[in-house]
Amino acid sequence: MKIEVLGPGCPKCMSVEQNVRKALAELALPAEVEKVTDIQQIIQKGVMSTPALVIDGKVVLQGKNPTVDQLKQLIAKGQG
Amino acid sequence: MSSEVRKAAASPLRPRAWNRAKPVVGALLALAAAAAWWLLFSNLDRFAGWLVFDVFGMSAASALASAIAFFVYEAPKVMMLLLVVVFAVGIVRSFFTPERTRRLLAGRRQALGNVLGSLLGVVTPFCSCSAVPLFIGFVTTGVPLGVTFSFLIAAPMINEVALVLLFGLFGWKVAGLYLATGLLIAMVAGWVIGRLRLEGWVEGWVYETALPAAAGTEEKVRWTGRLALGRDAVKDIVGRVWPYVLAGIAVGAGIHGYVPQDFMASIMGKGAWWSVPLAVLIGIPMYSNAAGIIPVVQALLEKGAALGTVLAFMMAVIGLSLPETIILRKVLKMPLIATFIGVVGVGILIVGYLFNIVL
Repeated sequence: MKIEVLGPGCPKCMSVEQNVRKALAELALPAEVEKVTDIQQIIQKGVMSTPALVIDGKVVLQGKNPTVDQLKQLIAKGQG
Repeated sequence: MSSEVRKAAASPLRPRAWNRAKPVVGALLALAAAAAWWLLFSNLDRFAGWLVFDVFGMSAASALASAIAFFVYEAPKVMMLLLVVVFAVGIVRSFFTPERTRRLLAGRRQALGNVLGSLLGVVTPFCSCSAVPLFIGFVTTGVPLGVTFSFLIAAPMINEVALVLLFGLFGWKVAGLYLATGLLIAMVAGWVIGRLRLEGWVEGWVYETALPAAAGTEEKVRWTGRLALGRDAVKDIVGRVWPYVLAGIAVGAGIHGYVPQDFMASIMGKGAWWSVPLAVLIGIPMYSNAAGIIPVVQALLEKGAALGTVLAFMMAVIGLSLPETIILRKVLKMPLIATFIGVVGVGILIVGYLFNIVL
């Protein structure tokens, strides 16, 4: 499972990355977390508002700062 | 959702009755909260007077008492307004996403597109840190450059925090004027930029960026979800701006109490023609959010500054922020940035002079 956090580096994007790691730790799931800050790469995923979350190549969230609980749900869904 | 589950488990006898009663209970609670809010809000001035003059026993003539009374009245008033409006705007914004806005704007002609772009700029949730991806997303999928600019000008300039503060401190007329003229500037400036055909000054790689077709994730949002979004907006925005609001009101209170009447008249009054361009020039590099600047501006107005000058200053600070322009440098060449600042700046100047003449 590969989780990408898309964002040019605003405070919100960083908090999403931290929360993703927290959610993964709580779920005890191994996953590769990558932070994508390059604008062109972000655009090529079709994302216009950051922070955005991509799980296994699929955009599951954009322009939001989700809670750890919401992230756990999203990750669990992306896995199944 | 988990709390619902817990509640149902806690009352296994009548889960259905509870489900049916829930909206009613919710509505009653909301009504009670609204009534309490209104009662508190409409008695704030009496409370402030009572606290400062009766409890503290201060003399109404002293500068300190007048400053403290100003703060004790304005601070809770603005915070209460902020809570309600940010919550409401959070709910309104849940109906809009950047993707939906893009679809509405794609392929629009000038004029109508500029009007629509400015209006959508107000209601679409947008953080200035995603200005660049949004810009690329818009112009590569057929939203005209001028229409995109209308959106990008309106989005920061007309924001709920600014409107609340204007309404709370100046009344609905000034808030309305700010809203109307801000929208007008966004529409006209975007239209002018569109007419100038400046696509050549957008960085070349932008138009070569291919956007995947069906990229947007549309999620259905229920009403409970919208309420939660309103609550999130309050947590996020009010949590971020309250120190600025209080600091701004404190500075405003100081000016209110200590700066002599009509002190500003000679510097920022109607008579000084150069005050409007000066206000804009000072305002552009200043980066302050609406929350910090408006209480200060209100106190200046009280001391004789002209409304047009004050509005121009505020718009320059909020609408033309340097950090956002620097972010946009990634996708725009310098001449286009200069044109953007120039066109919006001239619009603000005109608004400033207009109000100084009319009012």
